[in-house]
Amino acid sequence: MDSSLSVRNKRSSAARTEDGERRATRRPPARRHGWRLTAAATPLLVLLTLPLLALGLRMDFSTLWRNLSSPVVMQALTLSLTTGSIATFSVVVLGTPLAYLLARRSFRGRVVVDTLVDLPMVLPPAVAGVGLLLVFGRRGLLGPALDVMGIQIVFTPIAVILAQIFVSAPFFVTAAAAGFAEVDQELEHAAALDGATPWGVFRNVTAALAWPALVGGAVMTWARALGEFGATIIFAGNFPGRTQTMPLAIYLGFERDLEIAVTLAFILVVVSFLVLVVVKWLLRQRFVVQ
Amino acid sequence: MKFPKVILLWLSLVLLTACTQVQPAVAPAGRGANQELVVFAAASLTEAFDELGTQYRAAHPDGKITFNYAGSQQLAQQLTGGAPADVFASANQKQMQVAVDGGRIAPDTARPFAHNRLVVILPADNPAGISTLVDLAKPGVKLVLADAAVPVGQYSLDFLTKTAALPEYTATFSQTVLANVVSYEDNVRAVLTKVQLGEADAGIVYTSDITGAARDNVVRLEIPDVLNVVATYPIAAVSDSTKPELAAEFVDLVLSPAGQQVLETYGFIPISSQ
Repeated sequence: MDSSLSVRNKRSSAARTEDGERRATRRPPARRHGWRLTAAATPLLVLLTLPLLALGLRMDFSTLWRNLSSPVVMQALTLSLTTGSIATFSVVVLGTPLAYLLARRSFRGRVVVDTLVDLPMVLPPAVAGVGLLLVFGRRGLLGPALDVMGIQIVFTPIAVILAQIFVSAPFFVTAAAAGFAEVDQELEHAAALDGATPWGVFRNVTAALAWPALVGGAVMTWARALGEFGATIIFAGNFPGRTQTMPLAIYLGFERDLEIAVTLAFILVVVSFLVLVVVKWLLRQRFVVQ
Repeated sequence: MKFPKVILLWLSLVLLTACTQVQPAVAPAGRGANQELVVFAAASLTEAFDELGTQYRAAHPDGKITFNYAGSQQLAQQLTGGAPADVFASANQKQMQVAVDGGRIAPDTARPFAHNRLVVILPADNPAGISTLVDLAKPGVKLVLADAAVPVGQYSLDFLTKTAALPEYTATFSQTVLANVVSYEDNVRAVLTKVQLGEADAGIVYTSDITGAARDNVVRLEIPDVLNVVATYPIAAVSDSTKPELAAEFVDLVLSPAGQQVLETYGFIPISSQ
């Protein structure tokens, strides 16, 4: 851990001075574009912000606490946070080797593997739901084998997690692969020459240097998992407390009781916003303090 | 002011999109030529209305008809939210009323056009060994219902409540059955699919849902009349429809003997026979 810290220190201080030099020599001309740049940047920002603002305006804050403590909201919130976190943890553990493979090895069919990893990002989640059902369902590819072992997946929180992993993994794997590829292989060779084991090299050099990319990717994965809807409703079904995550509760709430839907949506926005802000802040601290 | 070419290109695209949006409204109304009739219909009506659509197209070679099938509650919400439509066919009066309250359907214009009944369905190989309705309360049965927000989901709950009045069902029957529910699906067709795939041991749908491939893939377990809930489907033209004549024509087609015949073929109970 010590060596990892020192490497990170060196790297970050180097990055910092570079940054400082760049800022000194090529300081962005702050006012050159003036109001025109601001005007050009505003429309998209408005489009992105307005729906969230509308949710806040539509919120009845006097009933927020009552709605928040209602079983539907609490169950959905708890389920979403636990499944989303488990899915993210699984993606980090299982996705790191895959990302490292993509970053370091050139092999026949690499383009195909790379594309397969990206695919869930562009596919409609409904496709993921049907596909997962055809693999893990009772009559699916693995269904009979799982049945023999007494494992039920469809209609359980495991199905929720699998759906989340499928749709969110690409965010971590692509970010991590890009992060690993940035790490100078000379440093890895140097550490190996100094007697570090392959695992030690990976942990103390590669992963330590690619750390911001790994955290950034993990956060995007977590956010995507939290928002997962289409695959979940097809593959895991909808049962309060078991498979009804926040997005499902919002969707069905929209058809039944708009107030509940707005409350849930508002909570999801606030939680996601806070997490993203905290992570961004932590990442910046990491570099500035050291 | 000088704009980069890419911005001019983008602006022209926006204008082009806006123009295509406006076009149908400014097109000359009348005769039904090149006019698209949009019908919002409950998911359970899919096959029957598809066939009625074929009949409509035969009568209007120049006209187009498009169906939007979904859970009635979803369609009612879309209508209330301002979705463009000409006709709304709901699976219950409650969701029709939502559209009336939303100002899209004039009060008292909705007419009942079909009835439907509930039926319990099982996968063809009946993995849970269910032979009577009482078996639905067996421990470990995986039952799938539609969500209570969907008409058929509410009817399913009504059916379970009614069992309390009959001596052959225990007082806790309804509760025990509900404890076996593994999922409350978003529409009736999702219930059918989960049972057809064998993921669920049993589900409750409308008799009219068992069409096409489902006929071979599921076994029916009838619900007796005393317990059954007869659903009544209302239809109405949307009050702000831009082609009211065509909308009225489609409603008439559904209510005509030919239309009722089609509905009966697909497992609905014609309105005249009730």
